[in-house]
Amino acid sequence: MVSIDLARQPGRTVNRPVHLPVTHGFVHSLETAGAVDGPGIRYVLFVSGCPLRCQYCHNPDTWHRKHGKETTAAEVLADLGSYASFLKRARGGLTISGGEPLTQVPFIAEVFAGAKALGLHTALDTSGFLGRNLPDAVLADIDLVLLDIKAFSEATYHAVTGAELQPTLDFAQRLARLGKPVWLRYVLVPGLTDKADEIDGLAAYAKALGNVSRVDVLPFHKMGEFKWADCGRPYQLGDTEPPTPALVEATRGRFRAAGLNAP
Amino acid sequence: MNVHAQSPADQEAVAASVGDPWRDFVPGSWTRDIDVRDFIQQNVTPYEGNASFLSGATDRTHELWAELTALLKQEREAGGVLDVDATTVSSIVSHAAGYIDPDLEQIVGLQTDAPLKRAIMPFGGYRMVKSGLEAYGFKADAALDKVFPSLRKTHNDAVFDVYTPEALACRKSGIITGLPDAYGRGRIIGDYRRVALYGVARLIADKQAQARSLELATIDEETLRAREETAEQIRALKELLQLGTLYGFDISRPATNAREAVQWTYFGYLAAVKEANGAAMSLGRVSSFLDIYTQRDIAEGNLTEGEAQELFDHFVMKLRIVRFLRTPEYDQLFSGDPTWVTESIGGMGTDGRTLVTRSSFRMLNTLNTLGPAPEPNLTVLWSEALPKGFKDFCAETSIRTSSIQYESDDLMRPYYGDDYGIACCVSAMRIGKQMQFFGARANLAKTLLYAINGGRDEKSGTQVAPAFAPVTGDYLEFDDVKGKLLPMMEWLARVYVNALNSIHYMHDKYMYERIEMALHDRDIVRTMACGIAGLSVAADSLSAIKHARVRIVRDERGLATDFVVEGEYPAFGNNDDRVDDIAVWLVETFMDCIRKHKTYRNSIPTQSILTITSNVVYGKKTGNTPDGRKAGVPFAPGANPMHGRDTKGAVASMASVAKLPYSHAQDGISYTFSMIPGALGSTMADRVDNLSGLLSGYFLAGGHHINVNIFDRATLVDAMDHPEKYPQLTIRVSGYAVNFIKLTREQQLDVISRTFHGQH
Repeated sequence: MVSIDLARQPGRTVNRPVHLPVTHGFVHSLETAGAVDGPGIRYVLFVSGCPLRCQYCHNPDTWHRKHGKETTAAEVLADLGSYASFLKRARGGLTISGGEPLTQVPFIAEVFAGAKALGLHTALDTSGFLGRNLPDAVLADIDLVLLDIKAFSEATYHAVTGAELQPTLDFAQRLARLGKPVWLRYVLVPGLTDKADEIDGLAAYAKALGNVSRVDVLPFHKMGEFKWADCGRPYQLGDTEPPTPALVEATRGRFRAAGLNAP
Repeated sequence: MNVHAQSPADQEAVAASVGDPWRDFVPGSWTRDIDVRDFIQQNVTPYEGNASFLSGATDRTHELWAELTALLKQEREAGGVLDVDATTVSSIVSHAAGYIDPDLEQIVGLQTDAPLKRAIMPFGGYRMVKSGLEAYGFKADAALDKVFPSLRKTHNDAVFDVYTPEALACRKSGIITGLPDAYGRGRIIGDYRRVALYGVARLIADKQAQARSLELATIDEETLRAREETAEQIRALKELLQLGTLYGFDISRPATNAREAVQWTYFGYLAAVKEANGAAMSLGRVSSFLDIYTQRDIAEGNLTEGEAQELFDHFVMKLRIVRFLRTPEYDQLFSGDPTWVTESIGGMGTDGRTLVTRSSFRMLNTLNTLGPAPEPNLTVLWSEALPKGFKDFCAETSIRTSSIQYESDDLMRPYYGDDYGIACCVSAMRIGKQMQFFGARANLAKTLLYAINGGRDEKSGTQVAPAFAPVTGDYLEFDDVKGKLLPMMEWLARVYVNALNSIHYMHDKYMYERIEMALHDRDIVRTMACGIAGLSVAADSLSAIKHARVRIVRDERGLATDFVVEGEYPAFGNNDDRVDDIAVWLVETFMDCIRKHKTYRNSIPTQSILTITSNVVYGKKTGNTPDGRKAGVPFAPGANPMHGRDTKGAVASMASVAKLPYSHAQDGISYTFSMIPGALGSTMADRVDNLSGLLSGYFLAGGHHINVNIFDRATLVDAMDHPEKYPQLTIRVSGYAVNFIKLTREQQLDVISRTFHGQH
C-alpha cells in the first residue's frame, strides 16, 4: 500500500527581523539568480552611483545615486536571509555590484557583515577607483573581489572612463598584500581596449600580483545602448561592433600565456 | 497475490534451449513473487562515475535515424499525419508486423504495419476518430459507421448519457476543460519490465491465481468487476504472446540477454499503445532495470558499450514514433502531437544507494546520439545525493538540448518509495501498484470571475454556476470577494468530482486498459487526479484587490467585464509572502473542497498545478481579470508566475513556486524555467555548475518539478521564421517537451513572451 500523507507540511519559519543600526543605501535593482558575477548562484545587489563614465557602460541608468531606491541594510538583509539556504546549496552567495559599490561604503559594510553572519560567500564587484574608501575591516567581510581594470595605460583608461588608472592599481596592490582573492575582469572593446601590448602588460601585472585566481574577458555588447538615449547622452560606440569570438579567444589566450586562469 | 516460480521442469526446458534467463542474478523475493523492485534492489550496479564511458551512435543507428528523419519530414509536410489505417480497429494483434528497415532495426515492433501509419482506436469515442480522419483527408469506413454507436457504444457515448446539465454547462464555458471523455484517459503505467523479467507465461499463471483468489462466498458487484477485469487481463496477456510471435519471438519465457530484455519490455509497452490511445502513455522507470541485463552481457563478453548504446537508441527511436490519431483541435490544445512517453531516470534507493546506472546515462545520451526530441519525455528524479558525475551530465545535456525535466526524488520518495515513475508530466505513482484517474483541470481564474459575477459567465453571460450574490460595489473589496469565492470553489469542486466519477466509471466499463492493468498487481492504489489552472492569475488578482485598488467596469448586461488596477500590488513569483500566501491558500482551499466528495472506486483525491500547454486555450476562454490581464491573454503555464511579473530573478521566482505545498498537490506542481545561456555562466563548466546549483537550491526549498530551457529568445524568433532550419528544436513547456516548429503561431508567441531569465 502507498501511504499518502495528507498531513500538512511543517510550518515555514518566518523571517525574523534583523536588528542592526539603520544605515541607508541606494539600490538600483536586484537579481536573485546571478550566475556570472562570482562563483555559483549569486544574489546580486546593484547599487546606484558611480564616479566613472565608461564609454561602453551598459547601465548608465545607475550613474547617479538618485537612480536607485533608498533602502536600509536591514531590509536588504531580511530579503537576503530568505534565500540564504538556497544560495548556499547552489554554491553561491552575495555579490554587490553597481553602479560603484564603493560610493556607499557604510551601507555595503553592513550588508557584507550581515551576509557573513548568514554564512554566505561574499563578493564585491568594483572598478577599484575608490578603493581607498574601503577600510580593511570591511574587506575582512569580503571573500572575493571582482576587480574591473578597464585599461592598462593612463591614456586608454582616461579615454574609456574619464578618470585615472592609478587609484585602481593602488587598490590592486593592497588586495595583493592582504592576499584577498581577486577575479580580474576586462571588457574587450574593438578599437578601444584591444591593444595587444596593453593586454600583455595587464596580464603580466595581474600574474605578478599573485592573488588573481581567474580572469574574465567580457566581450563588449550594445545591449545597454538604448539606456543612453533614455539618459539623453551621446553614445560614442554606436558604430563599434562586438569583438569576434576569435578576438575574444585570442585575448583570453594572452592572459593564459601569462600563466593566468582565463576560462 | 502471486504464484510461485516456474516449475523446475519448465525452468530446465528454457535453460536447455536458450540458457538460463536468470543466470548470475542474485535471488530474492522476486524469484518467488512478481516483484521487479526487489529484483532491481538485489541486482542493480549503481554507477558513481561520469559520462566518459559513453559511446556515440553506431553506423546502423545513423542510417536508421536518417531513414526515420526522412519519414518524419514527410509527416510534417503532409500536415501532421502521414497515413492512417482507417478500416482496422486497433488491438494488440490487429496489424501485421511492420518495420522501418528490418536490416538495421535491433528492436522491432510498430503500432501498425508501417512506421508513422496511425491506427484507429474507437472505443474511447468514435466521433473523435471520425473527425480526426476527416480533418486529415481520410474517410471513415462505412462499415464502422454501422458499428458505432448503434452496435457498440463507446466511452464517449456513455459519459454523455450520464453527464449532468451542470457538468455540460461547465464543460461548455471552459471553467472545466480537457476532460478525458472522448478518448483514452491515459496516465496509467503498466509495469512493462515484468514481461522481460518473468516472461508472459508466468504472468498469465499469476493472473490465473488471482482469478482463483476471487472465488468468494459472496459474489457481489465489486467481486464481479474484479473477476471480469482479471479475465480481460489474461486475454490481453495471451494476445501479447501473439504479438511476440508475429515478430518471431517467444516471449512466453523470460528475456535471456539485454537485447531481449529491451525487446520484451518494448513489446509490453507496444501492446499498450496498440490497445489504448491514452492522453499520456508513459513508460515508467526502465533504464536501470535494463542496465542489469546490459551489465551481465558486458561481463559475459557478449556486448560492447557501442552495442549497449545502440539498443537504447533503437528503443528510443520506437518511442519517438508512437502516434495516435487526434483531431487538429486536440493538437492545438496540447501543442503538437504529444504522447507523454515519460521515462523516469535516476533517483535514490530507500537504502541510500543511488539508482543511477550506466544505462541512466545511455538513456539521456540518446539526446546526443539522435539529437533532441520531445519524446520520450525524459524525466530525471533529482536528489541532492545523486552522484556528481550524473548531475553534471544531466545539466550539460539540458544546456545542450533543453529536453529534460527534473522532479524532486527527495520530495517524492517518502510518499512513493523508490520504484515509482512519472505518468504524463508530474504525476508520481508506484509502478505496477498504483494508477490514477486522470482529471484534467478546473480554471481558478474563471472561478474568481464567477464569484464576482454571481455565477454568470463573463463572456457568454450565461448563468453557469448557481446564482450566488454578485459583487455590487464599484471597487472590489478583498474580504467580500474572498467570501464569495469560497462557495464558488465548493460548487465547482462538487460538479468537477461528479464529472470525473462519471468519466472513470464509463471508462472502466467501455474502454478498460486490459494490458496495462494486466501488468499491475491485483490490489492497487487509485488516485482521483484533479487539477487547477490559472493559479498565478487568481493569486495576482486577489493580491491586486488586497494591496492595490481594483475598480470594476461593467458592461450593458451588468457584468463585471473589465477591471482597472489603481496602484501597485505584489505579484506571485517575487518571493513575497503577501501574495505567495494567497497562492498557497488557493491550493489548500481548493484541495479541501475536492476532499469533501466521494470519489469513484474510493480513489484518493489529489490535484495538480499543471496546465499542459492549454494555458493558451484557458486564457482564450477567460475574460479580463482583476490582476490587469486582458481577456484572451494566455495564462502562465502550470504554477508559473505570470510572464514578466517575476522581476527579481529566477531564484525569487523559484522560491515562490517552491512554497506551494506538495502535500496539497500530490499530483504535481509544474514550473517551467527559461534562461539564456550567457546568463547561466560564461563557460560550459560554469553553466553546468550553476544549473546544477539552481536545481539543488530549488529542490531544497521544496520545489517539485522544473522544466529547464536554456536558449536565447532570438533562436525561437528565428525558428518561427525559418522552421526548416530547426527540425529538432525542442523546448520544455509544462511537464513535457514539444517540437517548437509544430506549435501554432499563437503558442509560439506565448512561449517567446515568457520570462527569460537574464534577458536584457
